Amino acid sequence: MRVEAPVRLEVAIKHKSYSAATGGSLQIISGLTLSLRNGEVGALVGPSGCGKTTLLRIIAGLDRNFEGTVQLPDHGRLGVVFQEPRLLPWRTLEQNVRLAAPQVSDATLDALFGALGLASHRHHYPGELSLGLARRVALARAFAVDPDLLLLDEPFVSLDDALALRLRDELIDLVNRRPVTTLLVTHNLDEAIALADRVFLLTASPARVVAEIPIENPRTHRSPEEIAVVRAQIASKRKEVVV
Amino acid sequence: MAARLVSLALLIVAWYVGAHFAGPRQLPDPQAVALAIANEASSGDLFVNLGVTLLRVGLSFAIAMALGAAMGFAMGRSRLADRLGDPWLVVLLNLPALVIIVLAYIWMGLTEAAAIAAVALNKIPIAIVTVREGARSLDQGLDEMAQVFRMGRWARMRHVVLPQLAPYLAAAARSGLSLVWKIVLVVEWLGRPNGVGFEIGVAFQLFDVTKILAYALAFVAVMLLIETFLVQPLERHVSRWRPRTA
Repeated sequence: MRVEAPVRLEVAIKHKSYSAATGGSLQIISGLTLSLRNGEVGALVGPSGCGKTTLLRIIAGLDRNFEGTVQLPDHGRLGVVFQEPRLLPWRTLEQNVRLAAPQVSDATLDALFGALGLASHRHHYPGELSLGLARRVALARAFAVDPDLLLLDEPFVSLDDALALRLRDELIDLVNRRPVTTLLVTHNLDEAIALADRVFLLTASPARVVAEIPIENPRTHRSPEEIAVVRAQIASKRKEVVV
Repeated sequence: MAARLVSLALLIVAWYVGAHFAGPRQLPDPQAVALAIANEASSGDLFVNLGVTLLRVGLSFAIAMALGAAMGFAMGRSRLADRLGDPWLVVLLNLPALVIIVLAYIWMGLTEAAAIAAVALNKIPIAIVTVREGARSLDQGLDEMAQVFRMGRWARMRHVVLPQLAPYLAAAARSGLSLVWKIVLVVEWLGRPNGVGFEIGVAFQLFDVTKILAYALAFVAVMLLIETFLVQPLERHVSRWRPRTA
């Protein structure tokens, strides 16, 4: 058992811009604030190109060129699932996970691989896998570090619907088994409503949070009908952000 | 394999035909050369000279690869290092091998250190250029992955960076090995009292084509063994993760 630290994420970004190739600067994020309590799952929803990935990169510490503050959990270990799986092609699946999470126990690893249906692939190389399997490895890697903060950047994009749904269920299962503060980026509102405790709706660039919708019903009890109801509520609130 | 053997057989036949028309002074036939190799081997000279040359090749190759890879990596990763190093690189790349060798002997004397330094200096710029290209094309996505998962410096080098550089290092090593041994012969001819290059120099003064060919072929055979039993298995091991193409 791990001792629960007072984990919390607090983001306040005043200003973030890129210098455009043609000169001048392009405002990406402006006046964006959001916070997550311990163990909460937040979902960032917004039109594509609105700066969601940029925001996630700032939180992950990969982009430090911005005005504002990001407060991560103390000594926070990060688990990140990028949009592409980003596996090392020259290492087996098991080595890929172990390199990111050297402290992971054999039992934890077995359980993770079992839960994600990867048990028979542990000694395969990423080049031998489909994209769906590779994404699962990326999930396994992020969970194996036993993160204090989990960041997911459109983890199911470009998968077919059935597979995306199944992976979504697997993710719900993993999050329920060991609660971890999670921030998920998606442009799929249904996905956000199915997974999150709190949905943040973003405007198009420059991005800021226009609505924060708490979802009361626990994850495991959300039927497609209920998701549709929440979706309709959100739609009535903010017509322009429904995607 | 069969095609390779046929090709080799053709080369030997062509040699016989050439030897027949040119006469034994210009081009001795394969048998005569084989006999000369056997003679040199039985007196022990062949092994001493091959060994000495091989040692020089190994030393200068190792020095050139280590320095070239380190500098190439630095120049590929850092813009400042690239700007500082590039003029030197251009000078070294375009300085003829003979000039470097002669200057090394003049400045350092006819010593072993001068010989090895001269060979290494000829190889270093080529290793730098190849490895720099590799370092420039490192995958930023994997680098970020290693960063967010806080992989240690050594683990990053070994598991993320080196496998990406491997093809470039292999290319540098391949071309480097053949270049180095050719330059080592020149260095030996000009300023060393032993080695394959020295023997070929002596044979040249006597117009002894048989001996020249005997030493050249013996050394080619050694390099072929190194290629087959060292370089190729290493390459297979390093690229074991690549999906096989027929």
